[in-house]
Amino acid sequence: MKRIFYNALNAVGVLLTLLVLWRTLIWVFSIPAYMLPTPFAVAKTVINRFSSLTNSFWITALAAASGLLVSIFIGTTVALIFAQSQWLRRMLLPYTILLQTVPIVAIAPLIIMWAGAGLFAVSLITFIICLAPIIANTTQGLVSVDENMVNLFLMQNASGAQILWKLRLPHALPSLFIGVRIASGIAVIGAITGELFAGSSSIGQGGLGYSITYALAQLQTDYLFALVLAASVLGFLFFFAVMFLEYYFLHNWHESARKTESQ
Amino acid sequence: MTTYTLNSLLPARSNGLAEIAFSGVSKSYGNKAAKSSQKVLQHVDLSVQRGEFVSLIGPSGCGKSTMLKLVAGLTSPTSGQICIDGMTPANAREIVSYIFQDATLLPWRTVEQNVGLRLELEHTTRERRQEKVAALLELVGLSHAAKSYPRQLSGGMKMRVSIARAMSTKPRVLLMDEPFAALDEISRDHFNEEILRLQQEQGWTALFVTHSVAEAVFLSTRVLIMAPHPGRIAHDIPINLPYPRTEATRQLAAFEDYITTISKTLRGVQSQ
Repeated sequence: MKRIFYNALNAVGVLLTLLVLWRTLIWVFSIPAYMLPTPFAVAKTVINRFSSLTNSFWITALAAASGLLVSIFIGTTVALIFAQSQWLRRMLLPYTILLQTVPIVAIAPLIIMWAGAGLFAVSLITFIICLAPIIANTTQGLVSVDENMVNLFLMQNASGAQILWKLRLPHALPSLFIGVRIASGIAVIGAITGELFAGSSSIGQGGLGYSITYALAQLQTDYLFALVLAASVLGFLFFFAVMFLEYYFLHNWHESARKTESQ
Repeated sequence: MTTYTLNSLLPARSNGLAEIAFSGVSKSYGNKAAKSSQKVLQHVDLSVQRGEFVSLIGPSGCGKSTMLKLVAGLTSPTSGQICIDGMTPANAREIVSYIFQDATLLPWRTVEQNVGLRLELEHTTRERRQEKVAALLELVGLSHAAKSYPRQLSGGMKMRVSIARAMSTKPRVLLMDEPFAALDEISRDHFNEEILRLQQEQGWTALFVTHSVAEAVFLSTRVLIMAPHPGRIAHDIPINLPYPRTEATRQLAAFEDYITTISKTLRGVQSQ
């Protein structure tokens, strides 16, 4: 308890120091507000424009969450198909790596051209960059089941469905979560990147990425800072949501979740 | 080369009460076309009577584990025939249980869920299952750990869960592949006495793979010494030690004699 208090005190201390340093820099170098607003100005903007800020926040959250959820669903399905045959894996797994290496900024304009600007395009971009880590990790988890465990099920004349639901899927769950953890980090980045290209056509109606380009064009630097802050909060929320789910599903039996518990 | 005699074609009939019968069984792994096939077992004949405890011992690569897999129907012989109580191994799975070297517990299931796995797979009702699992845990002395997860158990406790799970389907034939190899010697001795107690109560037939001569002698009615390249049964040694076998059995001069004889034979097989 005492340690938690001191850790919190440290974190607050670091934050205050940074804020003071920020304000001092503006004062020492006489930086104009359109280049770097003061922490106080940013805080004031957050309060004054809270409704449009939360509006953008939820639009981006929706795009990122839907892209991530669909990628978990499709990614697991693809992994299940890959797990059926080594031949299929050898043939198609390299393409999932390609999926991971292709720069999203390069294909985002293409997707917008095909799908049209808006939530769907942004979700699609998020989905594409989240897919690869989920396929790769889940496949790995599905195929690394101990041979004797499979034999155990075969001895009981277990059906293919029983082996899948009672053995392969629970065995793959920790690996699936590794994939989801990676994907949740890039989901928010993907959604914001997508919005930079295809946020919305009407002003004030776009997500965080769209509002960032808008604020930049208008030289509303204080609002830009507020948006960056909101994007960070969104990233944190995704991270903790996944951590919580991972703990909930795995803490009874798996090492990775137990380590988090003891820290 | 395979010769078909009446005996090899009709093993069940020729052996009366034989629970497990191998007749002219050979097993090769690998590609026949590439001529790289490796002969793991060559022309094995074996007849195990109901209630016998037979140990397989021999250098690695002599096909001990393959023998168990053949009985379990997890692999098929290249030639020859195997009968379990007059049935083919694939049809006999219901009366056969397999205990692997590592306990092979599912880490996401509690002890009672692990023990109940096989019952669950054969769609036993929930009430019936709970009843059976409780009795099985009682049998192996793990009632207090029913709700624990495998990670919370010691190696010995995990093996107890594995044994309870194997007993859950009331097997007639029990296959054990070095089940106590990872345990310390004291636990191993203790487990040996307990597995004999279970056999006495339940009367199954056992095929037991081990590397420990003392363990094989203590447990068995017969010890089969196997030789490699190609795998075959080289010696068949009956163990005539009195029952019940307890700690006192290990002090008998005859016990020591068996160990000496088998160890010597084993060295002979290994140096061939």
